[in-house]
Amino acid sequence: MAFLNMAKTTIFNLFKKPATLMYPFKPRVYYKNTKGKLVIDFEKCIFCMMCQKKCPTDAIIVDRTKKTWEIERLRCISCGSCVEVCPKKCLALENQYTESFLTKDKKHSIEAHQGA
Amino acid sequence: MAERTIIPFGPQHPVLPEPIHLDLVLEDEKVVEAIPSIGYIHRGLELLTSKNEFTEMVYVAERICGICSFIHGMGYCQAVEEVMNLQVPPRGVYLRTIWSELSRIHSHLLWLGLAADAFGFENLFMQCWRVRELVLDIFEETTGGRVIFGVCKVGGVKRDIDKDTLQKISGVLDSINKDLRETTNVFIKDSSVKHRLCGVGVLSKEDAYNLGAVGPMLRASGHSLDTRSNGYAAYKDLSFQPATHHDGDCYARSAVRIEEIFQSIFMIKEAITKIPDSPVDIKVVGAPQGESFMRLEQPRGEVMYYIRGNGTRFLERFRVRTPTFANIAPLVQILKGCDLADVATIVLTIDPCISCTER
Repeated sequence: MAFLNMAKTTIFNLFKKPATLMYPFKPRVYYKNTKGKLVIDFEKCIFCMMCQKKCPTDAIIVDRTKKTWEIERLRCISCGSCVEVCPKKCLALENQYTESFLTKDKKHSIEAHQGA
Repeated sequence: MAERTIIPFGPQHPVLPEPIHLDLVLEDEKVVEAIPSIGYIHRGLELLTSKNEFTEMVYVAERICGICSFIHGMGYCQAVEEVMNLQVPPRGVYLRTIWSELSRIHSHLLWLGLAADAFGFENLFMQCWRVRELVLDIFEETTGGRVIFGVCKVGGVKRDIDKDTLQKISGVLDSINKDLRETTNVFIKDSSVKHRLCGVGVLSKEDAYNLGAVGPMLRASGHSLDTRSNGYAAYKDLSFQPATHHDGDCYARSAVRIEEIFQSIFMIKEAITKIPDSPVDIKVVGAPQGESFMRLEQPRGEVMYYIRGNGTRFLERFRVRTPTFANIAPLVQILKGCDLADVATIVLTIDPCISCTER
């Protein structure tokens, strides 16, 4: 039977740096590969609708006739399926997460792009 | 005879990360019977095969559980690959093995923390989770996600890990190995921890087998059964012996999990030295036709996947038998005769993952 096994770790911890980050005073550093917000270079989009077809959560809605590309941010799971299939490579995942929303109201969470 | 009372345990309880309800029939302070009921978080994920194409079902399979998510996705992919006769390139197979062993480390560390929290050792809980954070950082750096990775796909994996990152992972694992020895020694040696765990919730060798226990629960009762011994993925090339214990109590279950963490660290390091150069995926053409049955070892035990394809893009049937579901029958058995104060610890030592169970 041993006693005070934790004492050594506890004493060392007194002199170590904190394991947590003083967020939000210190910004969180994301990795290059971190999957975050989906962004579109809308100028290149040809409205092929491949991203809409491949989206597992139906977050992307493309209308070829009206030339619109819409994403509902609260549905997007940042899986990257659309990025892989995009023939023009106009979609990309940033390494920052999507900003938070205060309500579930779709007028806030839907981001729409309208072509000429 | 003492009067019998029924005390409800859960679905909301401080030790339970997820909802399960147990009706504990007590005589004084002793439990004489435990009646489990589940069904609080059933999501009907298996039925989603009718709405999602088989290539997209990986995302659903991964979301069966938040902790062993990678192995769920991998199990689903392996089952589909077996039906379609796809040979995943060796590098893809090795990467899958590395990620699944990292998942095991992160799941076991999470469990060790929760167990420490359950028996009131907050400091130990924080130490375990501090180490776990390093593993999550490896995941974020290599896959892009911390808990749900979305990196496994039918036919291989989506991302490769370059040589430098592999070496870095190896270095991080060395430091985890060193840090963790100190922490796990507390579990193994500390007298106050032993007081709470030794001789509590004993599952005999026969009961473990007859009631169909899986994973660390089964191995803690003296059975050397581990699906990884069957040699799926890259396990056939790695040196591996199932970790076993013979007492079958809560202490044995903790000891098995601790041993598995160190075993996983060793296996990942071995896989990093042996990883071959090749592409990481192959092109998938056509749709699955036929059925297959896949068994894999998750951190919590053996998981089974059944899929049936009819030649279309949508699977006809998808079924998962998860380890916690198999461990509920042994749990009810070991709860009989225990003290009310030990119920929380015992329930936690099966590593309950109710989201898995209910899918």
